[in-house]
Amino acid sequence: MENFTPVEALMGGGLVGLGALMLFIFSGRIAGISGIASSALFSNDGRSWRLAFVAGIVLGPVLVGMLLSDFSYSTPVLNWQLIVGGLLVGVGTGWGSGCTSGHGICGISRLSGRSITATIIFMLSGMLVATLLH
Amino acid sequence: MPIVIAFVAGLLMSAGIAYSQMIDPAKVLGFLTLNSQWDPSLVLVMVGALAVYASGYWLVAAKDKPFFAEHFHLPTKKELDKPLLLGSAIFGAGWGLVGYCPGPALAALSSGSLATLVFIVAMIAGWFISRKLPI
Repeated sequence: MENFTPVEALMGGGLVGLGALMLFIFSGRIAGISGIASSALFSNDGRSWRLAFVAGIVLGPVLVGMLLSDFSYSTPVLNWQLIVGGLLVGVGTGWGSGCTSGHGICGISRLSGRSITATIIFMLSGMLVATLLH
Repeated sequence: MPIVIAFVAGLLMSAGIAYSQMIDPAKVLGFLTLNSQWDPSLVLVMVGALAVYASGYWLVAAKDKPFFAEHFHLPTKKELDKPLLLGSAIFGAGWGLVGYCPGPALAALSSGSLATLVFIVAMIAGWFISRKLPI
């Protein structure tokens, strides 16, 4: 477990929860990133706040980079798997009505049976595919 | 006001994704890949997020409305139907293949990585397909 970063994980997770909580308390919305981003693109209703949320998601790491001088992260190698993976993530979160944020954080917190089930399924499915391929 | 709230909420969530390194698909694959180098960091990201969100959620759940909106928008569906089960399994497969879920992929857009951009375009195409072909 030499890659384990517990302090950054807990603090970063707390920030994710804080942002999501802010959207719920002030605007009454569930902070599901897949749902908000896809509706920002494909639904005419409530587009402006959704686009603002996506802009915040895109700019968050820029802010972290300004605050922390040693901030860096890797990105994938360009290959065909990105197209397959992107399609699967898009179709899957579309049909499944949510992703790691909407089901995994907001839904589990509400004790939603659908979200708890969805999170168990995508965790197991992700582990199965990753373990077989990597 | 809803626009400012949404922007700051997205900014905080994404800063958390970045600070916890969940923005890095190699880090996420370190959790999803079960081997001798298994990295449980993602579990603690979930614990941190759930602790803050759940405590806040249940504190305000008794309120009748949000501060700056008429009412709470909550899903009403209860049944574990085919789209939920199949969709979640498909999402997991893509997540395990690349190491990106929607939030971290969008957060990594500013890296300028062409690979990240290709993933995002494919993901958007997937969202479009899921809307055109409901199951």
